[in-house]
Order: sequence, then structure tokens, then C-alpha cells
Amino acid sequence: MLRLPWFEHRAPRSVAEAAKILAGEGPRAMLVAGGTDLLPNMKRRHQAPRVLVSLRQVDELKKLNGTFGAGLTLTEVVRSEKTPIALRQAAAQVATPHLRNMGTLGGNLCLDTRCTYYNQSYEWRKAIDFCLKKDGTVCWVATASKRCVAVSSTDTAPALIALDAVIKLSSAKGEREIPVAALYQNDGIDYLSRTPDEILTEVRVPAGWKSTYWKLRRRGSFDFPILGVAAAAKLDGDIVSEARIALGAVASRPFLIDKASEFLKGKRLTDEVIAEAAALVANRAKPMDNTDMDLYWRKEVADDFAAYALRELRGDDMRETRQRIARYQPAA
Amino acid sequence: MKPHRLAMSVNGEKVETLFAPYKTLLEVLREDLALTGTKHGCELGECGACTVLLDGAPVLSCLVLGMECEGRSVQTIEGLARGPDLHPLQAAFADFGGSQCGYCTPGVIMAAKALLETNPSPTRDQIKEATAGNLCRCTGYQQIVDAVEDAARRLKEEAR
Amino acid sequence: MKRLDIIGKPRRRVDGRAKATGQVRYADDLSMPRMLFTKLLRSPHPHAVVESIDATRAAQHPGVHLVLTGQDFPIPFGIMPVSVDEYPLARERVRYVGDPVAAAVAVDEQTAVQALDLIEVRYKILPPIASPEQGLQQPEPRIHDYCEQGNIHRNQSYEFGKVDEALAKADLVVEDLFFYEGNTHLPMEQQATLAFIDADGKLQISSSTQNPHYLHRQLARALQVPEHQIRVIATPNGGGFGGKCDPGGHEFVVAKAALVLGRPVKIGLTREEVFYVHRGRHPVLMKMKTGVTKEGKLSGMHLQTLLDGGGYGSHGPASTFYTGVLTPVTYHYPRFKFEACRVFTNKPACGPKRGHGTPQPRFGQEVQLDKIAVKLGMDPAELRLKNVTKANALTASWLKIGSNGLADCIKKVTEMSGWKQRRGKLGRGRGLGLACSTYMCGAGVAIYWNKMPHSGVQILLDRSGSVIVYCGATEIGQGSDDVLAAIVAETLGVDIGTVRVVTGDTGIAPVDLGSYSSRVTIMMGNAAVQAAERLRTQIAAVVSETLGARPDRIVFSQGRVFAVDHSGPGMTFVEAVHAAEAELGTLSAVGSYAPPKPPGKYKGAGVGPSPAYSFSACVVETEVDERTGWIHVPKIWIAHDIGRAINPTLAKGQVIGGVYMGLGEALMEEQSFRRLPEKLSGALVHRAPSMLDYKSLTSLDMPEVEVALIEDPDPYCPYGAKEVGQGPLLPVMPAVANAIFDAVGVRVDEIPITPDRVLKALQAQDKRVGPTSFPKVPYPAPTFVLPPWEGGDGSETRRDAKTAVV
Repeated sequence: MLRLPWFEHRAPRSVAEAAKILAGEGPRAMLVAGGTDLLPNMKRRHQAPRVLVSLRQVDELKKLNGTFGAGLTLTEVVRSEKTPIALRQAAAQVATPHLRNMGTLGGNLCLDTRCTYYNQSYEWRKAIDFCLKKDGTVCWVATASKRCVAVSSTDTAPALIALDAVIKLSSAKGEREIPVAALYQNDGIDYLSRTPDEILTEVRVPAGWKSTYWKLRRRGSFDFPILGVAAAAKLDGDIVSEARIALGAVASRPFLIDKASEFLKGKRLTDEVIAEAAALVANRAKPMDNTDMDLYWRKEVADDFAAYALRELRGDDMRETRQRIARYQPAA
Repeated sequence: MKPHRLAMSVNGEKVETLFAPYKTLLEVLREDLALTGTKHGCELGECGACTVLLDGAPVLSCLVLGMECEGRSVQTIEGLARGPDLHPLQAAFADFGGSQCGYCTPGVIMAAKALLETNPSPTRDQIKEATAGNLCRCTGYQQIVDAVEDAARRLKEEAR
Repeated sequence: MKRLDIIGKPRRRVDGRAKATGQVRYADDLSMPRMLFTKLLRSPHPHAVVESIDATRAAQHPGVHLVLTGQDFPIPFGIMPVSVDEYPLARERVRYVGDPVAAAVAVDEQTAVQALDLIEVRYKILPPIASPEQGLQQPEPRIHDYCEQGNIHRNQSYEFGKVDEALAKADLVVEDLFFYEGNTHLPMEQQATLAFIDADGKLQISSSTQNPHYLHRQLARALQVPEHQIRVIATPNGGGFGGKCDPGGHEFVVAKAALVLGRPVKIGLTREEVFYVHRGRHPVLMKMKTGVTKEGKLSGMHLQTLLDGGGYGSHGPASTFYTGVLTPVTYHYPRFKFEACRVFTNKPACGPKRGHGTPQPRFGQEVQLDKIAVKLGMDPAELRLKNVTKANALTASWLKIGSNGLADCIKKVTEMSGWKQRRGKLGRGRGLGLACSTYMCGAGVAIYWNKMPHSGVQILLDRSGSVIVYCGATEIGQGSDDVLAAIVAETLGVDIGTVRVVTGDTGIAPVDLGSYSSRVTIMMGNAAVQAAERLRTQIAAVVSETLGARPDRIVFSQGRVFAVDHSGPGMTFVEAVHAAEAELGTLSAVGSYAPPKPPGKYKGAGVGPSPAYSFSACVVETEVDERTGWIHVPKIWIAHDIGRAINPTLAKGQVIGGVYMGLGEALMEEQSFRRLPEKLSGALVHRAPSMLDYKSLTSLDMPEVEVALIEDPDPYCPYGAKEVGQGPLLPVMPAVANAIFDAVGVRVDEIPITPDRVLKALQAQDKRVGPTSFPKVPYPAPTFVLPPWEGGDGSETRRDAKTAVV
């Protein structure tokens, strides 16, 4: 049986208390909420924090009034009537129902980047002499790369980026709010702009966006995305007045496709417009050979997935396509 | 490091135990409480064999810290039968081929139990969705779905 | 024969309650006072010489009781007598990443893991061999010294009639290359073993093994302990599929540790270790040349296979044969030739997985038939029906087929799926594909040469009315305990609830060779029928006078014993047992079974023969997106010739489970390896040794399967029941490939069939993806045997011998 290494466990009751512990312990402490990302990593010795600061008993992280507390489980996010569609669809497709009962919104946003050379046991990694992300010097995905290219695998982040959401980070020094996109850096190791003493406490999502999220993965559950397309738009009749399209799982961070967003502004979502916008989106997808499925194929089908998302925004009935591809039927 | 003292409710009964603090709920159940009905297939949250109900919701016990179970309620396969009689889900799994090797069975049954408590008349698709976190290598899932459907029928008859 | 009371009726399996309540004790659920825990140190190198191991610090670590290395195991083991090439812990050489080199036994797993970190191993790195092609090119360094030549483990060639002649006369000859990637069993249960010295001072070992008998023999051999001093208990397996057939190094390690320490010692493998121990499906490259007349009659086939064996022999010699020998069982090939070569590589050893060696050539054969049907403008179902083998026929290779329901399977599955009305008419992007298969009902020859029975059953009757049945067979989820109880209950005419089976225990039950080659229902079942019939005879002789009927006119049914014409009142079974026990003493009988002698007499004729063969036909429906290559399978129909279903609920479960595993292999399951850039690294690692990255279908990915059981009782099988555990997996992969062709007109000649491959095929000039070359393999000169219809007696003959005219 794989087991956790020894650690000290702290269970603060408030954000302030948690922030104080983080400030005091420094980098040897790590936050844990649902545990679905950190605990497997600890079992495989990716991380071995001396102190685990559990956020489970911090009730203020479970608020759901205008904002989404970072401590809400993904199941709670899915069930809330206030959840915008893209976020609900993203949260509903994370991992499995059981893991969604455990994993939190904040945890999914802070999900460690993933890579086939990294998400392996200590012994396996030793057999390849480790890698740039952890304990080694070479990035085996791109041996010439000085930068770790581990892939951002969060589903909720692209959805929230498309929805123009903002997050709040709290530390012993104070609070700050940043757009979700600004939480991420295109570096597989240093993938968050969050400092180690900061706690992601809540997510604020502006209203008024029509939105959708499409996830590509091999199986209907368990799997992380190999492509995530989130699209949000404000429509004036059938004219797009504003649009935001974000991609996940094709870089070390999720990101907004500015060009596609600008392109769509003021246009009617005709087949031609969708095809052109989808091409702009696909152009930015730079998958690496570090996750499931053939990377050339992932690059090649990115425009189709972007088009599915845009067609759904237009009002096309995409349920059958979605069922076939994602084995997912969003609740009516 | 000192052993950790934990008090929680397991299958409706208060239990207290001392365990090594690095242990997950899975290890506490199997090793410290001798409740080996809960299985494990990966210990990384990738298979669903260790599914138990924690405060009524299916979770993977391999990723729940034992220390975080203080005062909480855990249901495992051992607590499902009604005295000497099987729970309708158990009877249906035994009767309709829901178990072959039986190793994923406790986890699947616990997930199905949570489903039937909130949705007494699930469709086949809803049953598949609710058990999508439980891998099975024997059945191809079809007879699992048959069994859950039958259990739903039996439970509804009981309720009438 | 009396009307059947139990057999053929859907019923709760005998271990159903235990499984649904979590009461089954799998190996890792066992615990004993003073039990110690073991962890294995495994090689980080794919190929290296072990120069030295320093375990001093580990042995002194607090909580550590014992450290073992290869020096503690001077004697090798191996499941097949011709490939005894493994040590429980590597002695001089490691042959794959994950090869165990040392073991630490400690008070708990954490401590054992810490101890492993303190063991210092010095390796001298050798260049790794990553593929069979590379193994053929690089005969040195040899992975094993005993190789037939270079790194070739086994090299075989058989020719049944002059195939080149037959192909020259054919109207159409097609040649294809196919590749089938390796995959693994992925049982939900990770192997675990507990060993201890029992109260009598004997070694007892409880393990998740499919084959306690073979493990028993190998333990005795490698540990030099007399067999009677060892008791092996196969705990109910949490899934086997062939993955728990080979003895594993960990089993010897804990046994040895228990012998040394005198304390219970346990090991539980991690999921990653299960991928290394696996012995799964061999990756196989195939070249297949088939001739056919313009009327669609097959004239002959020449098949060449190249197997990637991994680092050890395992069942490899048999696996190599199986990539050839069962090919001519489904269709009549007047002449047949196969050449097969297994090469060692520096990867975990391959071995038997559900269908052992046959899914790969079956895939090629069934896809090629589909191509032939297109070329001839024939319905693929018609082409198959034209060529199906007959009942009681011999194949060109001298395999004797018993009952044969293949034609019925094809007819039934085409009817169920609406084949005639729907095929080719579903519109672009949707299609139907058909494929067929066969499988053995047990290997005709034991893994080690002996003349003893393959299965033994002992039944003890008790005045309480309970029936206790002892047999070494192993319950791995397939329902062997249920089959055993049902056959005994049926034969004795008692309620199945009165029967208790005691199985998988070499210490108290007669030998059964194990749960492999789909042998249990037939072999254990026949032994059980014999034992129960002997008891019935004993009892009937005693109660005959009381019942006023001749012993052979007495019926045992539904807990009663009575005259066949219902004259007289009869008596209860328990009363009859009392009467018999009073007269004869304690009632017990044994039965045993050995398969019939195979008709072939040539060397090698021992692999492939079976008392009977099951047959299956499968239709798969696909929807393929032409822009992305995405594959959706909405429905599968399958007909399986089972002879007779003992418990239809379980039989259908086996069929659906086989289809599930086949569909996973067809679409995504892949045990593949990563060779890092050679200039920078010598690493050769498993790509995906985890449940997340090794893709197996979830409940949401699995379509509904419609099953038809074709029941034509086989005279050589107990109550006519043939196998069902392996056969139904086999037609699924080619049926998927053929359905994709029907949907979008492309051929994916390799497994798994993934969206990127479909898209590549759609974009390719020739609308095909698959292997494009077959390396030069130094196959030996063939063993030449005349097919039965060309004369001869099944012995090897000179190739220039006169062909007898029939």
C-alpha cells in the first residue's frame, strides 16, 4: 500500500489563523483542502511538507453568496443554482463524482501542473534520473528546454478566465484581488503567481455571460483534460457584443485567446465566423507530448473543439456531440 | 511522532482508536479497526475501490486523512446489512451478477447507496454517472447497473 | 437423463453473499499477530549487471528484521520447465526496470520502505534492448544465456501441407501486416501474499494466485522444502485474467522470510509493481498471407508472428505457439503454415492474458477476411459461413474440434444486430463490423509433463445432509466455486444451499491445475460429475431394495431419491444418506479428469489441443467523426457457443466482461514503454504504470451489450458446458476495426484503434494505418506435417513426401 510520509497536521478555524500559520512556518508548510491533488503527490514523494495546514474547518471558505468560497467542493459548485454554466460544466467534468465530493474549487484552481515524466512514483522518476520539475535537471518532454513544460490541467480555470472572474488572495500581510488569468504563469514549476504565504479564499464571477466549457479526454471520467475550451459571450440579438475564449491543458497555464475574442466582437456567429474564430483559437494551442493522446492529433482537433463551444453558444443543440465525446450530459 | 487518538462514528457506532497520524481513513479502517471490507486498488484516487460514505457522501478513503475524521460519520460495507438480512443492494449484486471477483463491489455498493438515497428512481445513465468513479475489470458494468436498478425497485417496494 | 433442477437456471452465485457484504478475505485482508511487512527494492535500470549489494545499514535500521538479496535464492524458478530463468531476487543480472533485487522485512511498511533506501546496489549498466526488431539486430549482449540464438527466446515453424502450392492455385492472395500492442490484465486487486509457519511447523502461504498447484511446486523447488511441508492457499482473487498465473518473486521472498524468521510475513504489491509483475498480452507484429477462390473458399494461410517477450520466459514458449495454433479452428484452411518468434527485450515479461496469444492473430485474421469479402464483393457474414469448420472435424494442424456452434453464432448475431438490413446503410460515419473467434476449453497438456489427472474432486457426504466438496480449483471471480457447487448439487439432486465447496487449498483439496486456459468448468466439472455419480451409485445400490427399483432406475432430484417411474414413495436425500452410511460407513467419493490424448503426433502437437472449443461471433456498431477521428461505440451484440450455461447470470456476466475487456483493448488499453533519447539516457520505462494513465473503460464508456448464448451441449463437457471466460473477448477487437471500415472506409491494422490513427488513415492515400514492414526473422525450417485429408497420421514427415489424394 502506498502511504503518506510523516507530517505535522494543523487545523485552523479561520483564514486569519491559517495565514498566520503559513507566515510562521514558511515554505515547509503546505495548504490542503480536499487533498485529492496533494495527497497522491505526497504518496509519490513529489511534495513532502513538514506541516500540512488543513482548510477543512475554515467555514468562511465555504461561503456561497455572490462569491464562491474557495473551500466549496466541486459537487457544491455544480449543485449551486448560482453557478454560471461554463463553471458548472467544468466542475462537473473534473475527475469522478467521488473526487468532486472531496476536491474544492480552490484546490482545482491551484492544481499542480502535470506531466507524464512527473506524475510517477519516486522509483519511476529515479529510473529516468528525475526531471526538471522535481529533483532533476532535464526536461524530458523538450530536452533543450530550460523551462519546465508540465501542463496546467485544471478544468475550472479556463472556465473562470472566460467568465472574467476575479479571485481573492489573503495572507498575514493583507488581501489582494486579481483576475483569474493573473494567477497563472507559463512555467510548469512556478505556475502560480500566488506566494507561498497566500491563501486563495474566494472567486467572484461577474454576471451576464452566456458560457460553455468543452473538455476533451480519453474516458468519460477520471481523466484530466487534454484540451479544455471555455467560451463566454455577451450577445446583442445574434450579434456578439463581447466574447472571451480561454484554453486549458495546452500550456503550463490556462490563458485567454485575445485575438479570437477581438475577432468575434460585433459579428454574427455564422458557420464561417465560427470556423475562423476556431482557427484562431487552435493556432494558440501548443500541446506537448506530456499528457494523454497523440500530440499532433490534439493540435489538429483543437479547432473542432473550439467550434463545438462556439456553436453551443450560438444555440445549436450540441447534446449528442457532447455525449459522444465527453460522455457528459449537462443537466437541463 | 505520537499516535493520534480519534473518535468517530463508524456504521452508526462510536469508535475510538489510536493510529499512526500519517494514515488515511482507508488505513485506519482496514488496519486499526479491522474493517477489511473496504478495498484498495491504487491508493491514489484512481480506481474507486476504497469508496466509503463520509457524512453520507461517497469519498475515496485513500485520500482522506484519518486525522480529519474526528467526530464524523463513516459508513462502510460492513454496516450495510440489516442484521442477518442483506441490504437490497447487496442482495441485488449477489443475484444479478453485480459482483464477479467482488473486489470493486464494496466501493460500488457504497456509491450506489448514496445515489439511491437522493434519487430513488435513477435511470441507467444516472446509475452509470454515479458509479463512474468506480473501476471494475470484470463485469463491463452492465450487471452492476442491472443490480442497482433492481435494488431501487426493491427499496421502493419496501417504502410502500 | 432427469430434468435439470439447477443447471441452466439463473441463480445467486454461491459466493454472492460473501462478496456483497465485504466478507470475502482477499490475501491483503489477512492479518496475524506478530506479522511483519515486506517491501522490494527494484532495479532502476532496464539492463545491468548487479556487481554488489551492501545491505548492512538496512539490516541495522531499527524495526528491520531481515534483508534478503539474490544471494539468499540460489535456485531459479519458472512456470514452464523449458524456461526456468527467474530468481526471486535478481542474482547477477537485472532485465527490466522493476526487476526485484532486494527485500526488507520490517515491523511496518513505512520502516521497510526506509530500509530499502539504505541498501546500496552497484550496477554495471548494459545496453538495453527495447524492441524485438532491435533484439534481432543485436544478438549481443544476450539478455539470457539460454537463448536459442542471439536474443531469440523461442523460434518455431510448422507447415501443414504445402502452403505455397495452395496459395499459387488460389484465385486471390492477400497479404497484410498487423500490429497488436501489448496490454495488461489490471486486476482490481493488487497481489498480496502472507506466509507463516503453522502450528505443525509447516510453511503455509496464502496468496492471490490463480494457480496454487504450480506455485506449490515452484516454492518447493526454489526454497528446497519438500512439497508436503508446504501448504498453498489461493485466496479468492480480486480478478486474475491471467495476471496471477506465474509465480511471482514476492511469493518466494515472504515464504523464505517466514522460514528464516519464524514469524508471519506479508507483502502487498503497489499498483505500479502490479504493472511490472504483470505477464500480460505480448505485443505482436504479424504478416498474414491468405489464398481464397473466387467463390470465397479459403485455400490456405501462411502466418508469421514476432513477439516482444520482455525480460523473462514466463509462459512464453506456449504464448509463441498460441499466436499460430488456434488460427485454423474457426475456418477450414486446407493448408496452413505458421512461423513464430519470441524475442527477449528489457521490459517486464509478457505472458498469458485472457485469450493467451490468440487475440493478436485473430485480429489480423478477422480483419483480413473483411478485406477479402470486400475484394470478392461478398457479405462478410456469408464469406465466414462458407468457411466455418464443422463439428467433430480435424484442422489441418490436427486439432480435434468437438461441438461447433460457430455458424449458429454468426446467424444469431447477424439477426440480432439487423446486419442484413443495416450494414452499409447507416449513413456516412456509422457502421457495423462482424468478427468471430474460438477458444480452448482447457489445455490438453499440463504445463509440466505428467500422466496424472488435471483435476481432482473429492466429495464428502455427511449425515447432516451437507455435501462438502474439495477441489484445488481457484475462484478468481469467474465463478468456479459456483460451477462446482452447481454440478455436484445437480448430480446428487440436492439443493445447492446444502453444498459447501472448499477450494484453492493444496493442503486439503485434490490437485486442480489452476484457473487458466479456460479449463476449470470442463476439467473440474468432469471430475465433479464423476465423483458425484460414484456417490449416487453407492447410495442407489443401498436404497434400491427399499425403493423397489433397480439402482439404475433411481432418480436423485430436488432433495429426494425415488424410482424413475415414481412407483413407491421415495425418500429424502438425507434418509438415503443415512441408509447408505449405515451400510457402507462414511460416504465419500473422488473423481478425476484427464483430457483425451490429442490426435497430432508431431513434436509440438501438445499445444492447442483441447477437449472442446467454444465459439463466438460479435457485431460492433460504431460512429466515427470524420473531422476528428473520434470513435463512439453505441452498441455491441455477441453470440457465444457455450455448450450449456451452468448459471446463465454468470455466463452472461463472463460474456459481457469479456466484451468489455476486448473493447478496452480495441480502443485504449496499452502497456507501452518509453525509451528516453539514447544520447542522454539509458532509461526504458513503462509509460503508464497507474490506474489513471493505463486507460480502462469506465461505466460511462461502456455500451450496452446484447448477449445470446448458443446452447448445443458438448458431449465431452460436464452437462455439455464449454468455456465462457476467454472466448467472448476475442472477436471484439477485429469487429471494432471492421465496423470503423464500414463507417468511414479506413483500415486501422493495429491495436489499439485510437482517434489519431483513424484520422491519419482518413488522411492517408491508401486509407490505412498500420505496420509497413516486417523484419527478416531467421525462422527455422518448418516441421512439416500432412493435413488429415492429405494422408499421414499426424506425425512429422518429409516435405517432399507424396501427397496422398483424398
